[in-house]
Amino acid sequence: MNDKTDKLIDKKGIRGDGRKADELRSLKLQVGVLSNADGSAYIEHGKNKILAAAFGPREMHPKHLSQPDRMVLRCRYHMAPFSVPERKSPAPSRREVELSKVIKESLEPALFLELYPRTGVDVFVEVLQADGGTRCASITAAALAIADAGVPMRDLVVACAAGKIDDTIVLDLYDVEDKLGSADVPVAYMPNLNAVTLLQMDGVLSSSELEKAVNMAMDGCKNIYAMQKEALKTKYMVVKETEE
Amino acid sequence: MPTFFEKKQLVTPGELLAEGDYLPGENTYVENGKVYASRIGLVDSDNKKVNVVALRAFYLPKMGDIVIGTILEVGFSGWTVDIKAPYNAMLRASDVLSRPFKPQNDELSAVLNAGDLIVAKIASYDRAHDPQLTVGEPGLGKITRGQILRVTPTKIPRIIGRKGSMISMIKQETNCQIILGLNGVILVTGKTIEEEEVAIEAIQKIEEESHTSGLTDRITQFLKEKKQPVKMEETQQ
Amino acid sequence: MSSLITKVRAKQIEQLLENGKRLDERGLLDTRELKIEQGVIEKAEGSARVYLGKTEVLVGVKVETGEPFSDTPKEGVMTVNAELVPVASPRFEPGPPDENSIELARVVDRGIRESRAIDTGKLCIEEGKKVFIVFVDVYVLNHDGNLIDASAIAAMAALMNTKMPNYEVKDGELKIKQGYKPLPMRNHPITVTLGKINNKLLVDPWLEEESVMDSRITFATGEDGNICAIQKGGSGYFTPQQILEASKIALDKAVELRKKLKW
Repeated sequence: MNDKTDKLIDKKGIRGDGRKADELRSLKLQVGVLSNADGSAYIEHGKNKILAAAFGPREMHPKHLSQPDRMVLRCRYHMAPFSVPERKSPAPSRREVELSKVIKESLEPALFLELYPRTGVDVFVEVLQADGGTRCASITAAALAIADAGVPMRDLVVACAAGKIDDTIVLDLYDVEDKLGSADVPVAYMPNLNAVTLLQMDGVLSSSELEKAVNMAMDGCKNIYAMQKEALKTKYMVVKETEE
Repeated sequence: MPTFFEKKQLVTPGELLAEGDYLPGENTYVENGKVYASRIGLVDSDNKKVNVVALRAFYLPKMGDIVIGTILEVGFSGWTVDIKAPYNAMLRASDVLSRPFKPQNDELSAVLNAGDLIVAKIASYDRAHDPQLTVGEPGLGKITRGQILRVTPTKIPRIIGRKGSMISMIKQETNCQIILGLNGVILVTGKTIEEEEVAIEAIQKIEEESHTSGLTDRITQFLKEKKQPVKMEETQQ
Repeated sequence: MSSLITKVRAKQIEQLLENGKRLDERGLLDTRELKIEQGVIEKAEGSARVYLGKTEVLVGVKVETGEPFSDTPKEGVMTVNAELVPVASPRFEPGPPDENSIELARVVDRGIRESRAIDTGKLCIEEGKKVFIVFVDVYVLNHDGNLIDASAIAAMAALMNTKMPNYEVKDGELKIKQGYKPLPMRNHPITVTLGKINNKLLVDPWLEEESVMDSRITFATGEDGNICAIQKGGSGYFTPQQILEASKIALDKAVELRKKLKW
């Protein structure tokens, strides 16, 4: 995979971008950023910049995709052509199709699908800039967009990856670590229900390393969750503050 | 049997609200004996029932609700109506024509066409079937004038106010007729556009500030202030 | 994926599970009978047909030459594609690959790629210009559940069956010589999938179990016992404890299968 001798993490345990092993990148979250969507959110997770919009529940188009006994969640994860160093064709790649599916499946456990049969909720994720870990940042933003649309949820869903660079398990890999590291483990999590809704891994890990990585990723999720909750509340507290 | 909130606290989906002997009310759910919030809103309890007044929700049809809708499509035997709900509603031709409907004679688009607005009542609805509308009662039917605005449906009770106090005040102070569709669509009809604008502004103010205290006083004040200049203009003319 | 079986059947499956039983009389941790036939398509460089119970997958491998990727100029290329052929299920329709077939292909690909099963360094003909490209095409012929495991095993069996032309490179020119040699392999990943129904984990779910289960999780492991790919699927969740439990079961099953297959 990599023949490079450059160390991704130095002797003091500091990574290429100055972080410690278990440190998150900086995050910024904003809710209700698009006026035409029923719900929306924007996330900056490190250098990732991602917009998510939710529509519905509404009548499904085409109609034959609707289910008689449940609501259908549809997700589209899409990268802007200018989001990566080399222009990405705007046509959906196989990677984007797979990510759309796993993002959808990471959000479904949070929804009461049986409550609104024959309807659909659409979630559109646009990655405006990518710097590693876009699927996780997309999930964190998409969950906020769904909550902002007023769709009932069991819990928010928050996501974060852990992985292995050189011989160390680290939190929240950025692009360089993602490409040159030896494993990447994205995890999505419902913090109040202690439920993992997305788990993927590529690379090589022993089972004890995997356990460590999953635990580290869940801790990262819990930290992001605090910010996610705050972002949602902020939208509705703005009015209160201007009054007082 | 603890609760984990203060009265009127702002909560988000998934927040644990109570444990044990409590019942899930609106916008909450129960799992393993614990009550959680399912929408963003203000939490409150009523005896043993925990409720969240949602700050964000969509309209779900209920039999007997008055709603305002837009004709989407003219079909063979009726109309499809957008009522700002997860389901489109149906209005049967026979309901409007109040006589047996003959497809060969009746041109439905002459009665109601795409884009027309109607005030209607939900005649029937369950999850397996789209809601059916009726306009066969006084006050229902095609809207011919006025202005429309949309609010989050959960704010309608606040706009109505205690025993209708808020809405009567707006009606009285602006001389407007106001129909509150429970689907969050509101029709304001006044003698002048200016009066309609004042009523709309007042309603929007209520929507934005619905979760704050002292709202009635602020709206009273707002309407008074708005009334003054309008009157002055009239006397000047 | 749901609403394929009746509610009565679903209830039956759930009730049996409560007592640790399954409709096809397997234990919760038993896989279905596995049968592998290699070299079934003469015109392909490698092929294998795998039966996992009634699930049937055919994999063909074609080896061609082409350009390497710019970031790996000295390495050969492997691509995996999966087709859910309409003969395999009334629910499969002809047309471009949907999200299910793309996910299937990418999960199979990940297990092979991340375990470095193929020694791609030995597939270079001329650095930066010409390498061997290994096309792995997964053809699902009968869908009776757990397509991931059946396809992953079939893909590996087909790669192990693949014959490369005996060649030598002179001045950047490829010279084909008499005879064949095997595709250079250095690891043999084994993929195990578990389903979750009512908080019960079961290995190798078949079709009816798939339509009841709320989620699945797949682990690919290499010869050294390390994990090289994971994929959670389905609209349910796993608790952290269940993930740990599932990984242990999958690793044990992989060891057991490895012994049986002599991989």
